[in-house]
Amino acid sequence: MTEIRSDFVAKRYAAERRFKYYGAGALVITALFLLFLISDIAIKGFPAFFEHRATVEVTIDPAKVDAAKPQAGDFDGIVKDAFRSLFPAAKSRADRKALGGLLSQGAADDLRDMVVANPALIGQTLKVPALLSDDADLYFKGMQTGLKITAGAGTLQIAQSGEEYVITGDTGDLREGQIIRANGGALRITKLEGSTVVAEAVLAPETLNTAVAGQWDMLTLSVKEAERRVNDKQVVWMEQLRSSGVIEKSIAWRFFNSGDSREAELAGLKGALVGSLLTVAVALLLALPLGIAAAIYLEQFAPKNKLTDIIEVNINNLAAVPSIIFGLLGLAVFLNFFGLPRSAPVAGGLVLALLVLPTIIIAARAALKAVPPSITEAALGVGASKQQAVFQHVLPLAIPGILTGTILGLARAFGETAPLLMIGMVAFIADVPQGFEDAATVLPVQIYLWSDLPEIAFQSKTAAAILVLMVVLFGLNAIAIYLRKRFERRW
Amino acid sequence: MNAPFQSIVTPASPRIMAERPMKIAAKDVNIYYGDKHAIKNLSIDIPDRAVSAFIGPSGCGKSTFLRAINRMNDTIPTCRVTGNITIDGRDIYDRDIDVVQLRAKVGMVFQKPNPFPKSIFENVAYGPRIHGMSQNKTDLEEIVVSSLKKAGLFEEVKDRLNAPGTGLSGGQQQRLCIARAIAVNPQVILMDEPCSALDPIATAKIEELIDELRQNYCIVIVTHSMQQAARVSQLTAFFHLGTLVEFGDTDEVFTAPQEKRTQDYITGRFG
Repeated sequence: MTEIRSDFVAKRYAAERRFKYYGAGALVITALFLLFLISDIAIKGFPAFFEHRATVEVTIDPAKVDAAKPQAGDFDGIVKDAFRSLFPAAKSRADRKALGGLLSQGAADDLRDMVVANPALIGQTLKVPALLSDDADLYFKGMQTGLKITAGAGTLQIAQSGEEYVITGDTGDLREGQIIRANGGALRITKLEGSTVVAEAVLAPETLNTAVAGQWDMLTLSVKEAERRVNDKQVVWMEQLRSSGVIEKSIAWRFFNSGDSREAELAGLKGALVGSLLTVAVALLLALPLGIAAAIYLEQFAPKNKLTDIIEVNINNLAAVPSIIFGLLGLAVFLNFFGLPRSAPVAGGLVLALLVLPTIIIAARAALKAVPPSITEAALGVGASKQQAVFQHVLPLAIPGILTGTILGLARAFGETAPLLMIGMVAFIADVPQGFEDAATVLPVQIYLWSDLPEIAFQSKTAAAILVLMVVLFGLNAIAIYLRKRFERRW
Repeated sequence: MNAPFQSIVTPASPRIMAERPMKIAAKDVNIYYGDKHAIKNLSIDIPDRAVSAFIGPSGCGKSTFLRAINRMNDTIPTCRVTGNITIDGRDIYDRDIDVVQLRAKVGMVFQKPNPFPKSIFENVAYGPRIHGMSQNKTDLEEIVVSSLKKAGLFEEVKDRLNAPGTGLSGGQQQRLCIARAIAVNPQVILMDEPCSALDPIATAKIEELIDELRQNYCIVIVTHSMQQAARVSQLTAFFHLGTLVEFGDTDEVFTAPQEKRTQDYITGRFG
């Protein structure tokens, strides 16, 4: 009758194209957000996987370390003294304190472990790496201040006048705030008066000789002294350490090997990882059999009536309940009523089990439902009982789907924070939990705790812990995807 | 109440009836799905060692009645069966009938081939295994091989008994399902449109197989193809709107139906 109007067709195609572009645009924006998020975390967190140590030569003095009780020895003193001996000029109390601030509180821990394991070392002299403090560590990671070292060109005359030093000569390149290293000392420029430069001592020079080109250099620091956690003197010392080659950078295994600590450089994730593992294990052991059993019953055996309808609706509702509600429930029931230990993986696991149970039931029911009824019929048709049909045919076919759902549920449990706060898993716990009833914390809560701390090193640790959590979650999801692909069956 | 329906049922032809003893007898069977009355006052006697075909338009209840014979309808919660269905004189809806054993005795082949997603061997071995029909592995292998042979599949699959049953072609899968049904040594085999998902060549093979099997089994087949009913069956029952309109010798039903509705259906004048 009537012709198809070609402009209508063109419009339809245009609309289709537009829709495609909208979709692609949304995808690009999402990808950019994700990229931004992950790269930001990765850049912040990556340095936390490394640590800096200074190699010092220690003599394990039998007077300080009793061979009968090596663990009680004064290793702190030994390491600190050895470290200070690298700077013989630093004698004042303040200097010694500032030097000590470059070393970690736990700098002697490695040495102690070594000697306890091998008491024969007592009395010997050996080279050991001493862990630096978080501030020094951050300095070497370049996270305290930018630093430029310029070799001195020209000749400088240095004269002392009272507390101040006056520098003359080829001072054209000098700027306020720079540190001149010459004659075994370091001078900070305070004032420029034409070609005359006034400076104060960071480290008093040993002599007042004229420094020719190559005998002096200048440090330009991008962050003012007041705004960083290491002062100029410490910077000069650390540069001395760096140029003498005793600083070594290594992978910070202690990040995975030790528990939490107040000292950023000593703080590790092991406690949280073990806590997470124990908690999730409890959740899995409870939720998986319960969830599968409930799903099988509801899907295969339960009569279809009002009661099962209500149960079904409520299971779906439970999956949407905010997780903190489960935490409150756990607090009221598991801790207050049943008297389970606070902060313990067993209580956390119970709460997480409640949390993931609906997810597992829903996933398992979907997986069971996806098995075609013809399989059940075939089994019944040769005289299998209902139970045989379910357990020998339907369930094995549904297992991959159930596992996928379970792993996704576990991933959720692994990343869950709020309900665990309610049952006290948010405490500072330095010890690695040894069992289900020990006080513990979990990975996401550890991240939450660290993110609250003001130290820059902890910010980096927070990002690193997030990276670890993400790797674990990606790993779990990858397993889920693998299982789905591997055992996926089409009828 | 029952009389009008019963009166129109023509008994199977004396020739067939005389040759074979009765296997299945249904009397005043009513089947309901919730409020829907799917089978109305149906009575029928199905002989042993013959193929009885159920024909009729979609929704006439022929599959429903077929599934009542091995109580597959039990799996549908809303389904209710009243009346009497006996096999060898025993009421299969009796309280002390074990439905599991009943289904072993009354095998079923479904519309769509539904082998288990397991090996060919396991598909056939499953029934004998759950019923404890074999003492040892040799016994079991014997049962599997003989069942596959009876189903005419053995020659095609003998080299790959461990290959998945789902990897066979549609016709082979359906024969595998028949072998699976035979393996538990049933007396009755119910077939619910066994060829509707198959191509003509596979269909021909299945029909051939049905023809062989009728020497040993009571076979009831539901089919939408009147040609198929004419080809494979000795008796044909015509269902319409939940009632059995006519049941008799296939030749007679197709050549000289006693009911006008049967004739209309067969000649394609209604539907």
